[in-house]
Amino acid sequence: MRLGELSSEEVRTRLTQHEIRLRVGPFSISVASDQPSFWPAFHFLYQDFPLLEDDVPVEFRIGLVYPPGIRRWFRRQVLFFLDDATPFEPFTSALALPFFEWGFNWCIYEHVYEFLVMHAAVLARDGKALILPGPPGSGKSTLCAALAFRGWRLLSDEFALFDIASGALFPLPRPVGLKEQSIGVIRAFASDADVGPTFTDTRKGTVAHLRPPSRAVASADEPAMPHWLIFPTYSRDADNKLEPLAKASAFALASESCFNYRALGVDGFSALSRIIDRCACFEVAFNDIDTMVRTLDQLATRSERT
Amino acid sequence: MTTAQTMGLSPLLRALRTPAEAIGFSVTEWETLLRQGRATRLLGRVWHQFSRAGILAAVPDPVARRLHAAFVEADYYRRTLLWETDRLHHAFHGTGISFILLKGGAYAAAGLDLAYGRPAGDIDVLVAQESILAAEEVLLRHGWEHVIDDGYDQQYYRRWMHELPPLRHSVRDTELDLHHAIVPRTSRLRPDMSLLHAAAVTVDERGTRVLAPVDMLLHCVVHLFHDGEIRDAFRDLVDIDALLRWLGQDPDLWRQLVPRARQLGLERPLFYALRYATKILDTPVPAAILREAAVGAPQVPVQRLMDLVVPRAMAPELNAYRRWATRLSTVVLKSRAHWLRMAPPRLALHLARKSVRRLIAAKAA
Repeated sequence: MRLGELSSEEVRTRLTQHEIRLRVGPFSISVASDQPSFWPAFHFLYQDFPLLEDDVPVEFRIGLVYPPGIRRWFRRQVLFFLDDATPFEPFTSALALPFFEWGFNWCIYEHVYEFLVMHAAVLARDGKALILPGPPGSGKSTLCAALAFRGWRLLSDEFALFDIASGALFPLPRPVGLKEQSIGVIRAFASDADVGPTFTDTRKGTVAHLRPPSRAVASADEPAMPHWLIFPTYSRDADNKLEPLAKASAFALASESCFNYRALGVDGFSALSRIIDRCACFEVAFNDIDTMVRTLDQLATRSERT
Repeated sequence: MTTAQTMGLSPLLRALRTPAEAIGFSVTEWETLLRQGRATRLLGRVWHQFSRAGILAAVPDPVARRLHAAFVEADYYRRTLLWETDRLHHAFHGTGISFILLKGGAYAAAGLDLAYGRPAGDIDVLVAQESILAAEEVLLRHGWEHVIDDGYDQQYYRRWMHELPPLRHSVRDTELDLHHAIVPRTSRLRPDMSLLHAAAVTVDERGTRVLAPVDMLLHCVVHLFHDGEIRDAFRDLVDIDALLRWLGQDPDLWRQLVPRARQLGLERPLFYALRYATKILDTPVPAAILREAAVGAPQVPVQRLMDLVVPRAMAPELNAYRRWATRLSTVVLKSRAHWLRMAPPRLALHLARKSVRRLIAAKAA
């Protein structure tokens, strides 16, 4: 059963009185929340996600609830819980959904060591994965959102999860965070894009979330093998041309994009070596989404022919 | 102990005491194990125990991934401690200062099973009292920096504590505590440090030194029962359990235990450690040793109180921090630790100074 099959009344009741247990990529999570702003946004953005089977334990138990005392009424705020711990200061109540996304990200980069975790967007065509590493501001989320509506399957807009032994990428499709101008860019680019509520005045400015395409969520248990590794940077005076990158440089850049490369030690080194070996590596400075989408399309078609 | 008798125990305790029992865990019990293990930072340890018990295949996938991840993270800390040990040899080479590793660093260097899956943060180093300032200077020359700038706090450490103010490495970010004793100067316990130095043992060809096995246990025991960090107390008890099991492999070490504690004046903390490790973690200790250790037992009313509060404060129960009994037990134990570390008049003076300084700072701001 998917979350979207529950009525909004049912979602609200479960979130406030108990919890909602979901499978999100390889992870099993539960969410509880007494935040009215959270219920509809969560219901909308996560509608395609499957509810957890009864016999599967939850690994991240997340809560978004009012802090005790006066802050519930005065300067409305919300606390993020992982189990019984509150790792962050309270946040503005109206921003409960972005806070959830951000806190869930934190769970992954703080606690996940069973995969090699890279800060990257991942898409795939015919089981071949395109990895776009990049810090915030590199434009990877915008590019990723655009590609997800032009024949590429969305695996993740934030985390590349590599199996350490095989290098296979585990999909983690989730709402794609769009900032500032990107929101309009994606709305204009794909008229069928479903964008959730817009949140103003977050720490990252205006933020909205793209609902992940249903088919991406439906194939969240189908891994893909690394095939292209492209380091994008957004820049006003860019030529939008892919520049081949030497494997050694790609390795150095990629290791810096990982959250847990050092902690994995030798295993991290061998895993990343295998990944780089498999990939055609490029860097690109871009400023035009349409050109980029066409370029990457050609890249994928060329690889089909060879 | 049979399964029936352990039914009332929390999943984390059951997993640590008898890993095989976890095979029958319900979904709720697995989830509770994750919560309790995360709160006490023992998930990596649980993975290690399951792996040794050969029951990993019976662990549901999400739980297995969380346990494994915690183990991998802890193992990174273990390797970090080994690297820091290497850097200490490098720094002290040719200075004539010899150092002894304590706690996590020592377990890692000695290759003890206890070092696996154990999340360690700081590296703890012991040097002779007369060389501590020289040792500090050496470390400051090798990239270590003071974490605390405040003059009063610095002085507080130097005057009353058993360690210098903490250091952090400017590049590697590791924290280091430089000790000259195993209890604060203000404590009522006065173990003779020269005995510990004399008995220290070398564990590798590079000359890395750690406390003698029995002393290593006694240090851990003092740390648990004379420290204010009740938050980490359960993890300390798990260390004690592992150290006792390790000592237990050598009957000669068992026989040394109580006499050594008496020689160092540590019979009381040893008594408590044996009592609660056996009670809470079912640590195998020969009855003869327990009888011998009873010389360290307190007056009956005190023991009753401790029996009431220690298991409550330590045993990780569901929502442990919300239960009033746990909170009260924690307060009792914290007050006790303060009492033992610092006589009340001196504590009052220290707190008064701190508050005056805070007031002045607030006014200045």
